[in-house]
Amino acid sequence: MFETFRTILKRDLTLAMRRRTDLMTTLFFFVIVVSLFPLGIGPEMNTLRLIAPGVVWVAALLASMLALERLFAADHADGTLEQMLLTPQPLALLVFAKIFAHWLVSGVPLVLMAPLLGLQYDLSSEGLQVLLISLLLGTPTLSLIGAIGAALTLGLRGGGVLVSLLVLPLTIPVLIFGAGSVEATVSGLGGDGHLYMLGALLVMSLVLAPVASAAALRISNE
Amino acid sequence: MNNSRFINWFKFSSPAAFYPLAGKIWLWSTVITAVLMAVGLYLSFFVAPTDYKQGEGYRIIFIHVPAAWMSMFIYVIMAGWAAVGLVFNTRLSSMMASALAPTGALMAFIALWTGAFWGKPMWGTWWVWDARLTSELILFFLYLGFIALQSSIDDPRRADRAGAILAIVGVVNIPIIYYSVQWWNTLHQGATIKMGGESSMEATMLYTMLLMTVAFWAYSIATAMSRVRSIILEREKDTTWVQEMVREGKA
Amino acid sequence: MLEVCDLECIRGDRRLFHGLAFSIGEGELLHLHGHNGSGKTTLLRTLCGLILPSGGEVRWNGEDIRGLREEYAGQLTYIGHKRAIKDDLNGVENLRVACTLDGVETTDEQLWNALDRLGLRGFEDLPTKVLSQGQKRRVGLARLLLNRAQLWVLDEPFNALDKAAVGLLQGVIREHVAKGGMVILTTHQEVSLTQGEVRNLQLGVGEKGHV
Repeated sequence: MFETFRTILKRDLTLAMRRRTDLMTTLFFFVIVVSLFPLGIGPEMNTLRLIAPGVVWVAALLASMLALERLFAADHADGTLEQMLLTPQPLALLVFAKIFAHWLVSGVPLVLMAPLLGLQYDLSSEGLQVLLISLLLGTPTLSLIGAIGAALTLGLRGGGVLVSLLVLPLTIPVLIFGAGSVEATVSGLGGDGHLYMLGALLVMSLVLAPVASAAALRISNE
Repeated sequence: MNNSRFINWFKFSSPAAFYPLAGKIWLWSTVITAVLMAVGLYLSFFVAPTDYKQGEGYRIIFIHVPAAWMSMFIYVIMAGWAAVGLVFNTRLSSMMASALAPTGALMAFIALWTGAFWGKPMWGTWWVWDARLTSELILFFLYLGFIALQSSIDDPRRADRAGAILAIVGVVNIPIIYYSVQWWNTLHQGATIKMGGESSMEATMLYTMLLMTVAFWAYSIATAMSRVRSIILEREKDTTWVQEMVREGKA
Repeated sequence: MLEVCDLECIRGDRRLFHGLAFSIGEGELLHLHGHNGSGKTTLLRTLCGLILPSGGEVRWNGEDIRGLREEYAGQLTYIGHKRAIKDDLNGVENLRVACTLDGVETTDEQLWNALDRLGLRGFEDLPTKVLSQGQKRRVGLARLLLNRAQLWVLDEPFNALDKAAVGLLQGVIREHVAKGGMVILTTHQEVSLTQGEVRNLQLGVGEKGHV
């Protein structure tokens, strides 16, 4: 069973490495969105410092929505997904491997890039640290919840927009606790409580999301 | 006695048997809605005493509160029907879920709209990022997502099943969303709207509120029944019973 | 043994077939006929458990496949319209992933031999996107040589194959049936499959299917 997990993980990572431009688009989207805000709001540093956690988190949320389309669509188009539904392995495990690979190539770069963007907004070093941790805990949750939406909208007209409509409301708690943790740290209240909540959300979605996505994939492939 | 009731239940799980029953329920709940709505609105606007703190503007809570309650109830009921449809593969349950969604969305919309109307005179602003209003807004988005997903899938059975998964995920998420919004609200020391006088509520106000709540229930049942009837007709249009009914001009 | 009882399938507004019943046992081959749109692919996908039938059931050794799920999937190999290979992976990588998913452990040598036998010598480590249609199809079919599934469900397996490859595939199918395997397939091509034990099923609009 672990062998299958490893195979899918390796396969998806290999595929991602052979199409590196796809990875870059998500990352650039993230960077551009975050960099647009000062242009829209004005370069007043006090304001920017105040909105930094929210801006970075919202941008990360949007970027991960953008990446969701790639999670199952290619496999659906060439029929490999159909074969995954017909394996003797538990489907939720295969789905989990796919989500994990997807997070590694689309989520982790965002996490690593975020502190750099935080500097644009003059975040304190503790703020940057918590931003990194909160994204590290939060982005996998976004991928996991997003996978359900991606699976449900597979092969539908306008699937890309639809998936955002379905998934964004469900990710609000992640946004609240993610951005909140940084804000609380910056304002000196301490963001530990928020981070625990993010961890709890991650654990919960780890348990539920692969199963729900697997069920959704079976429905979408009928 | 019990046994026969049990059999009756199964009988009505078929769309053909449920269709006429839904018609009867629709008729009765429409009548109840009309009567209770008329009485309730009269009480709300003319009989209930003026609130000593909030003046006349508070009267909108007689619509706002029942609508907000209904929007939440309906989501849970909808998810329940959808889940039953998914697990037991019963067509009618899924149809009920689809029939409830627009009413639920409408209720959420009314709650938001009246909330804004209430906020303007009370707070001087149309929108306040209050925890309850924000949660209601998110609930409204969840309804829209459900409706959008179902309407973009052509095959009705796939639409039912996909909608069911979304509704179940939504139900699991609603408490989490609610508490996270609450937490967010208290941390940011945002404005907290308090609607109604809680324990100090006068007896007339309480009766009016209860009456309006029952009226909203009846209204929701009536619209759901009328919608489920059209869904049944649409989905079963190739069956003999629908065609016979059309021929006899009963539909 | 695979049994189909009173199977009904509705896609969108159309009832493709109903009251369909047949069974197929060890060492038997079922050739599915029917014009375009008669529901052949839908039937095959229903037999695999990808599509939930609107009525009736599919039984594997007497049990409904819906209850068996993964256990049944282990006994089944499905080759569909889509090639089910990744363009960015090469032949060996594609085959290795397919075999792992099938739950078959393979050595590199077996993988190379299988591709070799399907006439892909020298193309094994090229990304499949540079291969021709027929060659891609062969990469997809190579897993038939390595898997141990009892039931093969093949949707138009001869499409895009040249004469030599058609002959080869026929040989592979014949061998599988001779060993006691079961095959259900559709094809538009004139092919000579196993002699004698081929059974035919005709699907048509509004008609009941029968063997």
